[in-house]
Amino acid sequence: MSFPLLTATAALPAIGAVATAAVPAARRSAAKWLALLVSLATLALAITVLVRFDPDGTRYQLTESHAWIKDFGVRYELGVDGIAVALIALTAVLIPFIILAGWHDADPLETGSRRWRPTQGFFALILAVEAMVVISFEATDVFLFYIFFEAMLIPMYFLIGGFGDRAHEHGEEAAATQRSYAAVKFLLYNLVGGLIMLAAVIGLYVVAGNFSLQEIAQARTNGSLHMATSTERWLFLGFFFAFAVKAPLWPLHTWLPNAMQESTAPVAVLITAVVDKVGTFAMLRFCLQLFPEASKWATPVILVLALISIVYGALLAVGQRDIKRLVAYASISHFGFIIMGIFAMTSQGQSGATLYMVNHGISTAALMLVAGFLISRRGSRLIGDYGGVQKVAPVLAGTFLIGGLATLSLPGLAPFVSEFLVLVGTFTRYPAIGVIATFGIVLAALYVLVLYQRTMTGPVKPEVSAMPDLRARELVVVAPLIVLLIFLGVYPKPVTDIVNPAVKQTMSDVHKSDPKPEVEAAK
Amino acid sequence: MENLIAPLIAAPLLGAAVLLLGGRRLDRVGHWVGTLLSATSFVFGLILFADLLGKDAEHRTLTQHLWTWISVGSFQADVTFRLDQLSMTFVLLITGVGSLIHLYSVGYMEHDERRRRFFGYLNLFLAAMLLLVLADNYLLLYVGWEGVGLASYLLIGFWQHKPSAATAAKKAFLVNRVGDMGLSIAIMLMFTTFGSFAFGPVLSHTGDTSEGKLTAIGLMLLLAACGKSAQVPLQSWLGDAMEGPTPVSALIHAATMVTAGVYLIVRSGAVFNAAPDAQLAVTVVGAVTLLFGAIVGCAKDDIKKALAGSTMSQIGYMVLAAGLGPIGYVFAIMHLVTHGFFKAGLFLGAGSVMHGMNDEVDMRRYGGLRKYMPVTFITFGLGYLAIIGFPGLSGFFSKDKIIEAAFAKGGTEGWILGGAALLGAAITAFYMTRVMLMTFFGEERWRNQPTRSPQAPSAEPAAEHRGEHAEPHPHESPKVMTIPMIVLAVGSVFGGAFFSIGDRFLHWLEPVTGHSEGDSPLSAAAVTGATMVCLVIGVAIAWAQYGRKPVPVVAPRGSLLTRAARRDLLQDDFNHVVLVRGGEHLTRSLVYVDHTLVDGVVNGTAAGFGGLSGRLRRLQNGFARSYAVSMFGGAALLVAATLLMRAV
Amino acid sequence: MNPVNYLYLAALLFTIGATGVLIRRNAIVVFMCIELMLNACNLAFVAFSRMHGNLDGQIIAFFTMVVAAAEVVVGLAIIVSLFRTRHSASVDDASLMKL
Repeated sequence: MSFPLLTATAALPAIGAVATAAVPAARRSAAKWLALLVSLATLALAITVLVRFDPDGTRYQLTESHAWIKDFGVRYELGVDGIAVALIALTAVLIPFIILAGWHDADPLETGSRRWRPTQGFFALILAVEAMVVISFEATDVFLFYIFFEAMLIPMYFLIGGFGDRAHEHGEEAAATQRSYAAVKFLLYNLVGGLIMLAAVIGLYVVAGNFSLQEIAQARTNGSLHMATSTERWLFLGFFFAFAVKAPLWPLHTWLPNAMQESTAPVAVLITAVVDKVGTFAMLRFCLQLFPEASKWATPVILVLALISIVYGALLAVGQRDIKRLVAYASISHFGFIIMGIFAMTSQGQSGATLYMVNHGISTAALMLVAGFLISRRGSRLIGDYGGVQKVAPVLAGTFLIGGLATLSLPGLAPFVSEFLVLVGTFTRYPAIGVIATFGIVLAALYVLVLYQRTMTGPVKPEVSAMPDLRARELVVVAPLIVLLIFLGVYPKPVTDIVNPAVKQTMSDVHKSDPKPEVEAAK
Repeated sequence: MENLIAPLIAAPLLGAAVLLLGGRRLDRVGHWVGTLLSATSFVFGLILFADLLGKDAEHRTLTQHLWTWISVGSFQADVTFRLDQLSMTFVLLITGVGSLIHLYSVGYMEHDERRRRFFGYLNLFLAAMLLLVLADNYLLLYVGWEGVGLASYLLIGFWQHKPSAATAAKKAFLVNRVGDMGLSIAIMLMFTTFGSFAFGPVLSHTGDTSEGKLTAIGLMLLLAACGKSAQVPLQSWLGDAMEGPTPVSALIHAATMVTAGVYLIVRSGAVFNAAPDAQLAVTVVGAVTLLFGAIVGCAKDDIKKALAGSTMSQIGYMVLAAGLGPIGYVFAIMHLVTHGFFKAGLFLGAGSVMHGMNDEVDMRRYGGLRKYMPVTFITFGLGYLAIIGFPGLSGFFSKDKIIEAAFAKGGTEGWILGGAALLGAAITAFYMTRVMLMTFFGEERWRNQPTRSPQAPSAEPAAEHRGEHAEPHPHESPKVMTIPMIVLAVGSVFGGAFFSIGDRFLHWLEPVTGHSEGDSPLSAAAVTGATMVCLVIGVAIAWAQYGRKPVPVVAPRGSLLTRAARRDLLQDDFNHVVLVRGGEHLTRSLVYVDHTLVDGVVNGTAAGFGGLSGRLRRLQNGFARSYAVSMFGGAALLVAATLLMRAV
Repeated sequence: MNPVNYLYLAALLFTIGATGVLIRRNAIVVFMCIELMLNACNLAFVAFSRMHGNLDGQIIAFFTMVVAAAEVVVGLAIIVSLFRTRHSASVDDASLMKL
């Protein structure tokens, strides 16, 4: 019995959450430091997982398995493949930055005010989300996954509804109303998805007799578990719907702009860069492995929806007047790319999609956190309230530009590699869809540059003229993210090496191989 | 020796990193650091050049593999550099002209408080451009391709507190992105066709696939080239790009970056050779652009925009030549190099004039400057003679060869293309003579004109800081600016002859690009004669219009064509109406749709459930007997249903 | 005598009880009608028990009686306290239990 590394990686932030919440109200800053410390320790554990993981070894590694609910065959089963390892690492890397960026987001509004903002709660909830996301990436038991997939909603609900931006154009009352609208919308959307998934999970149990991903997948490949075509399709749709809500895929996306707009920037990053990744990850792990035939059956429709997401999200981002909503729609466009890559059923597409999840997490974090710093200085989310910031705060503008350039997938920065892989992977099988998706890169340039031009360039507006540049804490948040973006853009090998073997497995699950080129010129 | 290729790129990249991250401490030395690293790169280039010259013509290719960049399945992208005669030519041009312009900028940007950052961007540009020409595969080329686009964006918008500069920068990037789309689709097509996108495998297997595929690849590459090289229909950004500082216009928007499209087409020669339809499209684009740019150049009163029109037109020549296939590749590159000299020289001259004229750009407010700026006058004049193709100067050799090659294409196409090229030569002579006459000859129209022209606000806001709004005192620029101009003028004079005597340039490039003589219906002498006639006609008309008569300070209304040409032949108006307005309407209506329809369905569902529960609530009226009725009713229904099921 | 007649009687009693519950307002009368329905059910149980020859119905009848007795205790207590507070035994007056 070796050390349960995966359990520890998930349990540490969970324990940390409880401990942070238990810090007495008077010692607010101790809670912050504790949360930061716990997230860093989790990062250390995640790095250990990364090091211990052998990309060329068996499919699931570091496995743990214990009986849990014997009567229903539910087991506490954990195991990671390359895709999960990459995403656990992403989560563990991002959380410390999120905590650091949100250092003052939950401070009391005024000293001595009766409006007490539960600082401890804020950081405890972030750690709780981390714990649940990590265990969702690790779970290889469908039921176990489902529980944490749903439980994640609870802390997220409180994070969105409880902590908004300090400044709001319509006053604190209106802000509270809009926040609770956003939080309820988030919750209901995801609960509906989860409910349908629950039905599918039960259906799967009825058909298969247990919840173990590995056992079911194995039984499906060696033919001992036969599913009727229609059963498989219904179950697939049940799972896919929940993941498509979480991802989010057009037309199930409207909760994301509201949620990201109303929550503070670090929480918005938590939503889009971390929590939503569970949706796309689960498509790769559960939809494709458990229901390969149904996945292939649904591919054309899903690809078209993903394509609509790409173009539609980008076009809507162009039309936004609110910085955070703009980033939200940009994310919808990017999730379209990820889903397109997954369902293109080529190794480039799927490796690209996994890489895209990682890179999108980092690039959105960079862009959104700098946007959050900007918003906290001026007290407005509206693009039109800014102008000429570049002159006043050049470092802030520079980092914002780099975040933006990463978002528009400039070659040399990490997202380019993944976006190009997804496009190539799609193009080799579906040329028309690949070509249309390429329009997305023009639209991405449009919304990023328009945002940059309106906020950062031009004459300095009087309201921003006294804006301070990035502070040390903020630089500590942004600089490592930028370094990561450049490093992974120039040398993505560390990630692709881990991901490629897992993708090869997934490709064999769905009985697909890459299309052969017309001329074998590469020797 | 191949290990020197990476340092060639790394030197300016290091400069960019140091200058952009270094902070204010480097403000005092930053410009010299940038210039020094650029010159270092040039020296590396010279060493490599000497090394290549020492080898046989067939073995002049060096490759350096650094690391595997992306590797997924059969998708293999390496960071590998390839130095052959073609890229060597570009390396020398980029680092040579680049170093000169760095030097010039030391003087030109002296009063700008953000000079360090300017040099950082310039170094970034050099690194990206070198990456572009040294890449061994199309994906790595793409990195350089967008890298120069980024540098161009940053430099056009360098004075970004001016909304016009910020808008021009954004426009340049966006139009280029449309072209980039072409490049990425081309790479994807190569991958599906050849399973690779490295130069070697793709270009040596073009015979194994269908012509249709190659035509598609060729057209997509052409789209990319159109974006980067400002060819019709993606040319609209180049005029606006003149919002950037003048050294930027000289380096990026005249000598190097805008010629990347020509490089791409020549580099992919094997694809185009096997796809005649794509080649035809290339020649058509080139011919149309060379006339388009020339016509626009005739009508502009802004000296930089007139030169920008000229750049567009000259690149049109290069693209035309590149489209002719092996007949034209060498001459496209030769014209590219000579154009790099004389156009950079012309732009630097224009910058020098503006420097002495309080950053005035309107040529109608120049005049008679030859007395005040002798060095600028002579260097600009030599550049002028070179670009119109005055016999013996570099433009003469390179342009004449292109016109010959166009005729050598043969058939009706040959006559049409050759005719267009000849016409272009005449117009070139006209507009360049116009620029020359309006700037350096005639009466001194800047006297008693202390206020700047309202319709052309200053492109160089540095003047505003200096408070120079009084009557200009034209003066010669400092040595640090004139020396680069002199060097470029020397190149403009002797470059063509040096390349052409003994067909040196042809023999140098032939192993890479191939060459064939074609089948010209006209003798070389006849073409040269015709070109000379065109040249004389163009100069004569310009003299009649701008030399004999005084030039009015306020532009006359002009004919319909002149007015259209002043507005870039209405292309921007078309873009504005169709793309900008249309796009705005589209996004606005989509925002509306998303809010009312997509979100409306969601909120409607929620509201529906809310309403339903409101109705159902009424059933709970608190009267025990009404509950009893519903219970009896329910029981009765159950009994009835049971009986019914039994009966069935 | 044919045991089916007992069923007819039980049905008749049940109908009377049900009608009473539905149309009378006085809580005491409603309560008595409920008792009538319960006893109609008891009668039916016993009759069925006799018809099918097993004792299940009779056992349930005893159950019902016990439950009815308990119900009387609680129900009458409610009615009395209702009457005390509102000075009315009408069930329609006690319509506070609504949303």
